[in-house]
Amino acid sequence: MITVENVIKTYDGLKALDDVSARFERGKITVILGGSGSGKTTLLRQITGLEMPTSGRILFGESDVTQLRKKELFELRKKMGMLFQGGALFNSLSVYENIAFPLREHAKLAEATIRTMVKMKLELVGLRGMEKLMPSQLSGGMMKRVALARSLIMDPQVVFYDEPTSGLDPISAGVIDKLIKDLNATLGVTSVVVSHDIVSAFNIAHKIIILYFGKKIAEGTVEDIKSTEDERVIQFIEGRPEGPIPFSRSDKDFFEDILIS
Amino acid sequence: MSLENFVRSVGRRGLDLVGTLGRSLIFLILSLFYGITPPFKIRRLIEQIKFIGVKSLIIVIITAVFTGMVLGLQGYYTLSKFGSQGLLGSAVALSIIRELGPVLTALMVTGRAGSSITAEIGIMQMTEQIKALDMMAVNPVKYVVSPKILAGIISLPILTAIFDLVGIGGGYLVGVKMLGVSEGAYFGEMVHAVEWVDVYGGFVKSIAFGLIVSWICCFIGYFARPTTEGVAEATTNAVVISSVSILVMDYVLTSLLL
Ligand SMILES: Nc1ncnc2c1ncn2[C@@H]1O[C@H](COP(=O)(O)OP(=O)(O)O)[C@@H](O)[C@H]1O
Ligand SMILES: [Mg+2]
Repeated sequence: MITVENVIKTYDGLKALDDVSARFERGKITVILGGSGSGKTTLLRQITGLEMPTSGRILFGESDVTQLRKKELFELRKKMGMLFQGGALFNSLSVYENIAFPLREHAKLAEATIRTMVKMKLELVGLRGMEKLMPSQLSGGMMKRVALARSLIMDPQVVFYDEPTSGLDPISAGVIDKLIKDLNATLGVTSVVVSHDIVSAFNIAHKIIILYFGKKIAEGTVEDIKSTEDERVIQFIEGRPEGPIPFSRSDKDFFEDILIS
Repeated sequence: MSLENFVRSVGRRGLDLVGTLGRSLIFLILSLFYGITPPFKIRRLIEQIKFIGVKSLIIVIITAVFTGMVLGLQGYYTLSKFGSQGLLGSAVALSIIRELGPVLTALMVTGRAGSSITAEIGIMQMTEQIKALDMMAVNPVKYVVSPKILAGIISLPILTAIFDLVGIGGGYLVGVKMLGVSEGAYFGEMVHAVEWVDVYGGFVKSIAFGLIVSWICCFIGYFARPTTEGVAEATTNAVVISSVSILVMDYVLTSLLL
């Protein structure tokens, strides 16, 4: 469904994505794993056309996202949903208006229809009855669930989740994981999930892609990843502080650094 | 710093400045274009007029009363040196209509509404709300920026007109009610002295200032660094740059209109 080919993205000299290629299958859940700063969010931004890669191609079905005109991109985006890392709810709008927003912008519907649809999505994320609250009155977990309801309101074919469970308590995280799985199983929603939560990734993924400083270092099924021999991947999965992935990013020796300065 | 480095750094800043000016101009043209092409965001526009216009009303009125009163006081003492207190009405009215009305109104709106426009857009950028709009196939410039710029252009002339009226009233309060200038002279001379070009000039200024304030504040907010410090810095910059631009533009327009 989505093919990323040799994508490079540099921000003022910093290579956030370094020659990444990957495939995201229709109707499958693909999890992009990696430590913070490894380029996960950047990859989502290139795929969705929010940013243009420095080089490389991104095919969404037949069309190359990097070549589309604004109008075509908008048509494509109506089939996509995106759950942003912080939710990205509009502060000035209530929960109800946030979720109804895409409907009001793109569909001419009677208020009664909108109300029903919003209620359905709120029910789905377990927040029915919260319509009147403002985003500032919600906890982090509730915000993410409202944001999820909003990204699902147009019944997208593809949903991108940017760290859907990070910062949530284990129960809320479990609820979100189950939701992602259910949406995929019942509606066949193609899902791309960015995460650094190994347990959750193993739990929901059909396929896992691991990024490391902007490079793809592994791609495969949960079994493939679990049985890998790549030291970097093993270290990441087991969360060990020592290994080929340095904890400190400075290449200078610590003592040298202190003594000389 | 060696001379070469100095020249290079000045050159780079110069290029940066030209680049930023160019970008801000494109930003303005796009915002205006989106603002006047359908589908119109009438509800957003009304919200913004409320925010920029209606909510600035109180502060504009307070500023206007006291400005008018001070002008009445100062004008009275200056004019009485020449025994021409009768001209007080025209002096007050001309200063306000031509200069102080448009300029002070614009400065007040910058402080009250401009700063929060920058902060609001900066925070929307920082919390990915702008990207969320984009993802929902809603043009963020059209949705967020255009209504604010149009609201600025619409609100400022109205606020300025209110400032003018209230300010002339303030002058009347001090000049006529407190210092005893005759009411007939205050208004009679005013009607003679104020010409159509004065009113027209003030009107043109207020539109230009409305555009400048909303344009600068939106642009700086939109391109603020998406961090807490970035937004804070952007807010300060927006107020300073808008205020200075208003004063510079005031001189330019005055010299063109005279
Ligand atoms: N808009 C940007 N401008 C400059 N640098 C950026 C920008 N977005 C991300 N980066 C940098 O790119 C790298 C990858 O960031 P990101 O994709 O957000 O990582 P992740 O989502 O995996 O935590 C980081 O080093 C980050 O600082
Ligand atoms: Mg991220």
